[in-house]
Amino acid sequence: MTDTPVLSVRDLTVEIPTRHGVLRPVDDMSFDIHAGEIMGVVGESGAGKSMTGNAVIGLLDPPARIVSGEVLLSGTPVHKLKGDALRRLRGKRMGMIFQDPQTSLNPLLTVGDQLSETILEHLNVTQQEARKRAIAALEEVGIPAARQRIGSYPHEFSGGMRQRVVIALALCAEPDLVIADEPTTALDVSVQAQIIALLKRLCRDRGVAVMLVTHDMGVIAEAADRVAVMYAGRMAELGPVREVLTNARHPYTAGLMESTPLASQGRKRLRQIPGAMPRLGALPGGCAFSPRCDYAQDRCRQEPGPTLKRCDGRAACWFPLNTAAKEEAKA
Amino acid sequence: MLAYIIRRVGQSVLVLLVVGLVAFAMFHFVGDPIDNMLGQERTQADIERLRVQLGLDKPFVVQYWRFLEQAAQGNFGLSYRQGRPVAEIMIERLPATLELAFVSGLMALVGGIALGIFTAINRRGVSANVVMTASLIGVSLPTFLIGILLIYVFSVELGWLPSFGRGEVTRIGGWTTGFLTESGLKALILPAVTLGLYQMTLIMRLVRTEMLEVLRMDYIRFARARGIREKSINFRHALKNTLVPVVTVMGLQVGSIIAFAIITETVFQWPGVGLLFINAIQFVDIPVMAAYLMMISVMFVGINLIVDMLYFAIDPRLRADRTTGGH
Repeated sequence: MTDTPVLSVRDLTVEIPTRHGVLRPVDDMSFDIHAGEIMGVVGESGAGKSMTGNAVIGLLDPPARIVSGEVLLSGTPVHKLKGDALRRLRGKRMGMIFQDPQTSLNPLLTVGDQLSETILEHLNVTQQEARKRAIAALEEVGIPAARQRIGSYPHEFSGGMRQRVVIALALCAEPDLVIADEPTTALDVSVQAQIIALLKRLCRDRGVAVMLVTHDMGVIAEAADRVAVMYAGRMAELGPVREVLTNARHPYTAGLMESTPLASQGRKRLRQIPGAMPRLGALPGGCAFSPRCDYAQDRCRQEPGPTLKRCDGRAACWFPLNTAAKEEAKA
Repeated sequence: MLAYIIRRVGQSVLVLLVVGLVAFAMFHFVGDPIDNMLGQERTQADIERLRVQLGLDKPFVVQYWRFLEQAAQGNFGLSYRQGRPVAEIMIERLPATLELAFVSGLMALVGGIALGIFTAINRRGVSANVVMTASLIGVSLPTFLIGILLIYVFSVELGWLPSFGRGEVTRIGGWTTGFLTESGLKALILPAVTLGLYQMTLIMRLVRTEMLEVLRMDYIRFARARGIREKSINFRHALKNTLVPVVTVMGLQVGSIIAFAIITETVFQWPGVGLLFINAIQFVDIPVMAAYLMMISVMFVGINLIVDMLYFAIDPRLRADRTTGGH
């Protein structure tokens, strides 16, 4: 692990101007991802996870746009790039894996065509070399008989195999960063485990930095080294995965954990977090989580929640939980 | 795929048989042909003799079969009006219609696809919106009105182009062509625009809608995320997917270009089969009408068959179906 992170996001804020005012789906996010590291980003639907991923790779759909903050890819300010300069970075230095392998491959082009096209776009190689690399890329993600399958169309693969093809496509020009946006959500459970194992292996072997966006705490526990918990566009908690999952500091993370079924916990009744995440247009005053929080106090309802920097760098909460555990561990 | 083709050909034959029945029935709706053929001074014996001679004493089904037999050989009898074999007249007139249809079809196809892509890619641009608004005219104005307006502007006011006829034609074997002379080409412009404008705007709007739909798909987003060039995304990834549904409509449009040629040919006095058909209606020239009907239906059915084959060429998912049998 080098000192400069592969991806460094600083105070990133994304806004969408609408008729009813400006929405802020990503609000003041900061995090780093290092080479060979998988960082999980979790949260409920609409928490801003995918929006963060799209902002990083420069694929925000207008009118959504980055209004402040920085996205640095090994020092390159991606947020400042436009048009062709940005396009050349995509695929080459950062790749993206989409949720649904059924729809993320072009049905009318063979997987070989789609791979070669990407390789030829970014690497200075001949047609034959590109084909060779395409076959190697398919082999690397575990497609059997890659040489024969190179001429197959996407519909000739099963869902899990298709997601492997998608991963091969995202990685074929050897990027340093991969953003995996819910890569296992559309797959069968048994296939999910295979895909996660594949991502972990590629990350370890190649030293790729992975931003793993998911709403599945199980996937996070299985794959991630560190985890960022998002709520209503803001970072709720950030820390090493083991720490966060076992000693959640933010009441929201604690609630998420209690509502996640874990085989090891036996048949304990699951708790649910009351209410729903507020819509972006109707954020409550004070901390956005305060109306649903069991521990909310007057300060939480009056003052906006603190940013990570202002707290201990771990949980964006005025009254974090489990702080005693940390003190004990230190002592 | 072979089974599919055989099934489609079977369906096509069925359609043609039905159309044949309609064409054949026309002869019976306009009175007894014997009455028309024999004068006032006829005897019952004359009538009987001619009836047997022409096979009109046979049951309906047998007569229909004979009609089909003859039609399949291109024999539709004599034109009531001109007294010449219908097939001969049709063949004389066909080149004019086909050349007109070809030029306007090509114009509709090339112009429609190009403008469709343009308006889809520059969805928010001013020029794209101007084109879209202008296309409303093409969709909503009736063909004959467009023709008359064009004649008024370019023939009457400006005097640039002829208002009727085919100009000078060159004869090559049995085919007469207006492509080789200046006056022939000039005469072709206005009718071709008139006939093709509606189809062009239709194809353009269709391509635009489909393309916008395709550009929203995940695989386009994924292609962007891989850093593929916009040009390649638009023309390689999106266009091919756009064309699948567009091909169907275009196939049907080719048929209707020939059918709609009736109006255009009337407006411009274009000596094609459409004008022949209109004149035949005025004179109740049933053999010509029947032959025209059969010709148009053969053309429609044939084009549809070709379009279905084209699907296989464009969409690999259909090709795969042959291994799993049927679709």
